[in-house]
Amino acid sequence: MQVTVTINGEAVSRDVEPRTLLVHFIRDTPGLTGTHWGCDTSNCGACVVLMDGKPVKSCTILAAMTEGHEVRTVESLEVDGVLDPVQQGFHEKHALHCGFCTPGMLMTSRALLDENPDPSDLEIRTAISGAICRCTGYKNIVAAVRWAAEHEATTRQEA
Amino acid sequence: MQTPGPFEYERATSVDGAIASLQRLGPDARIIAGGHSLLPMMKLRLANPEHLIDINDLTELAYIREDGAEILIGAMTRHVDLLESELLARHFPVFRDAEEVIADPVVRNRGTIGGSLCQADAAEDLSAVCSAVKANVVIRGADGERVVSMSEFHVGPFMTAVGDGEMLTEVRLPLRPGGGSAHEKVERRAGDFAIAAASAALWLDGDTIADAGIGLSAVGPTTIEVTRAEELLRGQVPSEDLFVKAGEIAAEDCMPIPDGRGPADYKRHLAGVLTKRALRRAAARALHQEA
Repeated sequence: MQVTVTINGEAVSRDVEPRTLLVHFIRDTPGLTGTHWGCDTSNCGACVVLMDGKPVKSCTILAAMTEGHEVRTVESLEVDGVLDPVQQGFHEKHALHCGFCTPGMLMTSRALLDENPDPSDLEIRTAISGAICRCTGYKNIVAAVRWAAEHEATTRQEA
Repeated sequence: MQTPGPFEYERATSVDGAIASLQRLGPDARIIAGGHSLLPMMKLRLANPEHLIDINDLTELAYIREDGAEILIGAMTRHVDLLESELLARHFPVFRDAEEVIADPVVRNRGTIGGSLCQADAAEDLSAVCSAVKANVVIRGADGERVVSMSEFHVGPFMTAVGDGEMLTEVRLPLRPGGGSAHEKVERRAGDFAIAAASAALWLDGDTIADAGIGLSAVGPTTIEVTRAEELLRGQVPSEDLFVKAGEIAAEDCMPIPDGRGPADYKRHLAGVLTKRALRRAAARALHQEA
């Protein structure tokens, strides 16, 4: 079936099987491999993208189900060489090691800050509770999101 | 790589259209809502529908509203909306208790109450919640609607009263005075299914219990309604001793099996403790004494 998905503002169209999962559509069709394909069982959160601004697990959504919706991936965060504050926060606070969980962590954190610009550590931990990191122990990830919240206004102005 | 088996996909544009598609396509067609139970089952080949009918466009089925003596919840209402609903938290705080521990926030953005109930996984929380609060569900087919109680709804593991060519459209929660409710769950880690969970609801008339509901998750082949404990509670004055006895009955009447989440005797013990705690909190809420 012909499926058209709006990914990072661009309509991407391809003839796929109805069973094609969104994560594979994103990685295979426009070749946006920043979205990682992890556990395949909606447990790990590496595949999180935003659908109409809300974080969703793209391994557990059919590409066909997203037609008519706006999908946003990790590739959309950096604009003209300027990192999103969340990305900058991960850089400043050393919030990644192997990097596999990072795209999902970034998109989940971006969605949190869009909804709640000044989250507490508990609110950050709750928001990322559907995302698993095996390297950091989460402490630096929470610090990175806090950094992003605190620097959101200034980095935006500089950008 | 885990991918569902092949199927045909269509989007419903109306409830009647979805039912017409179910009728036309026969028993190998399934409704898909959030898909966070069905797609994992399809990846594992535990479910192999030949047709999926996507009802995500049926926004007319996404609502939580008060209508006379009932709270009405549309089948497409997502977990995040159940969690955030002040109306629901005011009348049935058990929903917020449960939603805070159902999967994780990202999954809760997709999963729906209709999907959770129709999946009828004995380890799922909302089935126990709906049993405890004595919910009724509306099942619609080509010939109209019927309303069934939760005890009629659960007919076996992963089996419900929803027949071929039918879909669940609404959950109805009867409003009665003096109510309090709570959900208690023990899980191995954030977002996991329960090792055991208990939902309890009490309705007080003065200082005695007019009615009680207790539903248990993950300790039997289906959601367990602890009717023997409900009978014990009716007509009694709430007390710690009474809730301990109700918990003992819950531990006796559940049917846990050993698995990776724990041995049967541990789950049985948990069912009793969690029933007692849920009743204690439900009573405190009914009496407006919760700290």
